[in-house]
Amino acid sequence: MARISLRVNNQSRVVDTDPTTPLLYVLRDDLELHGPRFGCGLGQCGACTVIMDGSAVRSCSIPVTAAQNRSITTLEGLGSLEHPHFLQTAFIEEQAAQCGYCMNGMIMTAKVLLDKNPNPTDDQIKQALNGNLCRCGSHVRVIRAIKRAASVKA
Amino acid sequence: MNSKLSRREVLQGTGALVVSFNLFGPVSHALAQLSAGPDLAGDLQATSLDSWIAIGRNGMVTVFSSKVDLGTGVETALGQIVADELDVQFKQIKMITGDTTTAVDQGITAGSRTIELAGPQLRQAAAAARQELLKLASARLGAPVSQLTVTDGVVSVMGNGHKVSYANLLGGKRFNVQIPATGNGWGLKVAPDVPAKNYKDYKTVGKSVPRVDLPPKFTAQFTYVQDVRVPGMLHGRVVRPATVSAKPASIDEDSIKNIPGIVKVVREGSFVGVVAQTEWAAIRAAKALKVTWSTPDTKMPANPDAVYDYLKNTKGFVERPGMPPRGNVEAALSQGSKTFEATYRWPFQMHGMLAPSCAIADVRGDKVTIWAPSQGIFDTRKRVSALLGVPENQIQVLYREASGCYGRLGTDDAAEDAVVMSRAVGKPVRVQWMREDEHGWEPKGPAQLLTVRAAVDSSGKVVAWDFLDRSFPWTEANDLPLVTSRQLGLKGKGQGFPNGTGGGGDTYTFDNQRIVASAIPWVQPDPTPLRTSPLRAPGDLARMFASESFMDELAAAQGVDGVQFRMRYAAPNKRATDALAAVAKLANWQARPAPAPAPASGSNGNIAAGRGIAVSARSNSVVAVTAEVEVDKSSGEVTVKKIAVAHDCGLIINPDGLKNQIEGNVIQGTSRALMEEVLFDASGIKNLDWAGYPILRYEKIPQIDITLIDRPEMPALGGGEPSIGPVPAAIANAIFDATGARLREAPFTPERVLKAMRAGATSTQRA
Repeated sequence: MARISLRVNNQSRVVDTDPTTPLLYVLRDDLELHGPRFGCGLGQCGACTVIMDGSAVRSCSIPVTAAQNRSITTLEGLGSLEHPHFLQTAFIEEQAAQCGYCMNGMIMTAKVLLDKNPNPTDDQIKQALNGNLCRCGSHVRVIRAIKRAASVKA
Repeated sequence: MNSKLSRREVLQGTGALVVSFNLFGPVSHALAQLSAGPDLAGDLQATSLDSWIAIGRNGMVTVFSSKVDLGTGVETALGQIVADELDVQFKQIKMITGDTTTAVDQGITAGSRTIELAGPQLRQAAAAARQELLKLASARLGAPVSQLTVTDGVVSVMGNGHKVSYANLLGGKRFNVQIPATGNGWGLKVAPDVPAKNYKDYKTVGKSVPRVDLPPKFTAQFTYVQDVRVPGMLHGRVVRPATVSAKPASIDEDSIKNIPGIVKVVREGSFVGVVAQTEWAAIRAAKALKVTWSTPDTKMPANPDAVYDYLKNTKGFVERPGMPPRGNVEAALSQGSKTFEATYRWPFQMHGMLAPSCAIADVRGDKVTIWAPSQGIFDTRKRVSALLGVPENQIQVLYREASGCYGRLGTDDAAEDAVVMSRAVGKPVRVQWMREDEHGWEPKGPAQLLTVRAAVDSSGKVVAWDFLDRSFPWTEANDLPLVTSRQLGLKGKGQGFPNGTGGGGDTYTFDNQRIVASAIPWVQPDPTPLRTSPLRAPGDLARMFASESFMDELAAAQGVDGVQFRMRYAAPNKRATDALAAVAKLANWQARPAPAPAPASGSNGNIAAGRGIAVSARSNSVVAVTAEVEVDKSSGEVTVKKIAVAHDCGLIINPDGLKNQIEGNVIQGTSRALMEEVLFDASGIKNLDWAGYPILRYEKIPQIDITLIDRPEMPALGGGEPSIGPVPAAIANAIFDATGARLREAPFTPERVLKAMRAGATSTQRA
């Protein structure tokens, strides 16, 4: 076990954990965050995506020790039910989900995309999200939501 | 949780429990604190109006239902139905769903039947509640019921402006009214004689009311089953053998002694699992634990071809007609001027749930609480009762949503895993399957082998149609013990449920017509990882792939346009011809025979474009689909560019919600048509992750155009499945249009497309 300092959603947190633990389980079980979700544990589906130092990363495949001294943002850090981020608002307005389980990954990946490219084309959105799996088939709405978010921000 | 407490709090309109339900907030904590009391209530009676609806002091209307939202938005749609019937605003409705202690058993949530069957149950309960409230208002206001109107839960006397609200009339109190109710589950009829509203008076039904569950989902405020946390909860992981009949000959617990936080290695019967303080310790331990398994009694089939051979050579235990037979098929086949025959193959496919199965169980002596994403909370209660020997009324099952459900998944298995491990350690245990557990052990949509024969007369008219589906039942046994139950020694009894009958050409009328679905026994003493289960629109994709491909083959052989050809034989079915006409218009379909004329040489290199059509009916819904594809003739790769859908499922409750379902069906159907096949050999499943079992990604998502055909005078039918059925057939027909190559085996991988192209336009016509 090891004491590990993390900076999550602009708050300093210290956890006492097996240092080989992937970041995902620390966020979910120790910090009780619901945004990042377990989908495969293999970095294949994207449900566990968080933003680390400005990049979308798969928290299931990063040991918690590798996240020390980095800035981590989860879906909770974007906005809340009362004060949603404009991307979350766009997803609500487009009703861009069915079960919604994968949407953490879609929104977090889209956040990084829009930070780098505020006005992406459909193809650029598809390329950015291509590594994120959705089984319900909400892709068309997700693309619409991201375009809506981009137009609101622009 | 104690049901009396929750009822009282609902009526007070102040209950913390209800608030947490409504906000989808820390519900798990709230529920955990309210652990099952000493007087877990018996089952609620459908004949009590209070079992269905409560009016709070604040005017909120709470609706209790055993139906659950599987990620389709059905909870919002059911709320719309009740809001309309009670004359309250949608935002005044709270749904409390999926708790065996607060809901009447309305049967499992499945088969796209919730809107169709539970919708009227709740509508009639609401109509009965409205009738009772008007009676109370009549007495209070001194005016006959005939002079009362209701708006937003406020009753007014026409003419004099006197008013009283539902909250004022009843808020905080029970109805204490008995209503008629007969039957049970899907067949339950609630207050059937109470007059309900005419569709012309609907205000909320028919509107695209935004889903109540989505804002919390997009802001991480939603509690999926994976998020449920119970005080003192431990983490469990399963260790599976190659097949259920393998037994753990020895377990080397020293193999995990270096992992901190191990609580127990659980072995019961041939079940093996690990319980630990943390998830990571459980994951590491399950992976590292050295188990020597006995040689199993049951072997997997050698490969997919062996399964098709078995289907071909094994007699079915029941043959069911897809429709009443017409005429004399054999005679017409022998007398036709030309006869045609083709055989199609559909592989084992996965549900591929994005979140592996998860459940939490707290077994404390003879009190059991389970949080699980079960389609049938009462079925789960019954199964766990049989597994543990605890009476059903001592078991509370609480539905918590998982990722999308497209048929029976591994979630009920996970509930049993959790129950067994919780009992072993005397503490609540959360079980989360890993990805390989899910791909390996989810019950799968079974393979099908389909043969179609037809005859045409000298004028080219189809005079005989003979369709035979050979399919495994969608469960291997009638009473269906799950993996863990079987590992603990429970045996399956009787044959399973046949895999549906629809879609073998039942949209059409031929002079001589026979459609038969033969259920082939899946004879294995214990299930392999190829145990079967209903997979979205069970059996339909294969049957519609075969029947609608074959229609296309017949049309092409006659040199007739695919839409016109179908119109001829669908003619008695106006909803089918309406759907065909609507989709042809939407897709700007130009009549011509397939395949498409070859483009001028050099005009588009290796890319061949084509379009295809399919129409089908399921559960009284009708869907017509066109597909536009591009085929890379050098690689065989198919890209679906556009899918158009005309969709008729009767009265539409929520148009945007329905479109959302159709889009999902199109994308999942495209994925299953192009990419998905469970691969295996005698030792087990080969594709145990998303690399091995790829699904459609953003880069290949087609444009989707939809026309909704609203029939408000008809009953409302579900939209969760009907539109997936015809998608693979439309794509196969478009591939034929583009290349002249006929695909008769799914999925349409580049290899199969190239092989079909090399074979050329193989004729189905028999000499």
